[in-house]
Amino acid sequence: MSGADATATDADAHDADAEYTAGVIGGTGFAGGELLRLLAGHPDFSIVQATSRSAANKTVGSVHPNLRSLDLRFTEPSDLESVDVLFAATPHGVSMERIDAYFEAADTVVDLSADFRLPSAELYDEWYEGHDAPEYLERAEYALPELNRENLAGADLIAGGGCNATATILGLKPLVDEGILGPETGEVVVDVKVGSSEGGAGGGAASSHPERSGVVRPYAPISHRHEAEIGAYLGLDVSFTVHAVDMVRGASATCHVFPDGPVSKGDLWGAYRGAYEDEPFMRLVSGGGGVYRYPEPKAVAGTNAGEVGFELDASNKRVVVFSAIDNMMKGSAGQAVHAANVALGLEETAGLEFQGLHPVGSP
Amino acid sequence: MTQAECVECGADVDLYDDLEVGEIIDCGTCGAELEVIDVSPPVLDRAPELEEDWGE
Repeated sequence: MSGADATATDADAHDADAEYTAGVIGGTGFAGGELLRLLAGHPDFSIVQATSRSAANKTVGSVHPNLRSLDLRFTEPSDLESVDVLFAATPHGVSMERIDAYFEAADTVVDLSADFRLPSAELYDEWYEGHDAPEYLERAEYALPELNRENLAGADLIAGGGCNATATILGLKPLVDEGILGPETGEVVVDVKVGSSEGGAGGGAASSHPERSGVVRPYAPISHRHEAEIGAYLGLDVSFTVHAVDMVRGASATCHVFPDGPVSKGDLWGAYRGAYEDEPFMRLVSGGGGVYRYPEPKAVAGTNAGEVGFELDASNKRVVVFSAIDNMMKGSAGQAVHAANVALGLEETAGLEFQGLHPVGSP
Repeated sequence: MTQAECVECGADVDLYDDLEVGEIIDCGTCGAELEVIDVSPPVLDRAPELEEDWGE
């Protein structure tokens, strides 16, 4: 690597013992900040570069106050340094334009935007504004290890999942695996509540504090783009609604599932234990004792954990499934680092061991 | 250390040797609170639930 002056003195970001070098594009955003936090504490990565158009030459700590000890300055995104792994946390549309340049700079690219999430150009035509580099779509692997671990091993283009889609997929996947839900089997209505960080650091009129505080706002009543991922990777058509609620972090999905046939509590436990008992970041939280009986965004804030639980509503022939993630972590930066760990053959939990806080206020 | 099956989720629950009838333990997999019904062999049942009005 050829370190620029701005980064050459970095003591915390550059770990001489680390096996891999990493760069973060779009480091001033919330997801970029989380990537920098995770990579700075990762035993196998040293951060070579963090780019930002808006904050070039400023310290990372000037934007992300929790990272003031990180001796690293943002650089212009046009001057990419050579790294092993490049994490891109830019708005949708940027990575598909610059993907060739990314691969000139890095062996492995992990993109957190929607640019490579969907498997076909036709889906981008339907759900987004088309695609500039469709030749990469087949090469990209969806980043959620609980869904795609086998294909992530050795992958060089990793596409981070959407946070609402991630929460929903984690909740429903065990039912799909067991055939309780399928393309022709059962119906699903999904209601997701999300925190304000999902809207990014840029904000807008609807995100200003007086407007956003206290809301329970149906911001995407129908046709949310994340439906496309759920359809592509679970094979399900879901009725999907998203509410903006008064949290900073967190995505909580409630999935109302109406199976075609009878389902017992034992069937459900078998499905969820089978899917997640050996997963390092998944927690089954389903009506046990204590105060937190079902998945709760507060309980996973700052962590890469995903909580999933369910109840059987036999009288209504309904299964209600709950899942909770931190949208910045399991729904974004944490998922990306987890996927990179899998792709590179590292310990899956490396850099992601934080267990969260309790008690804690609004996440 | 012996084991018994959780009546809620079916997972194996590790039990201490000095287990006593009436003791309440929780399942490490699903978190269900379980009452020890018998110790030889160990038998678990769902513990009586404390009904709460969550007011929500």
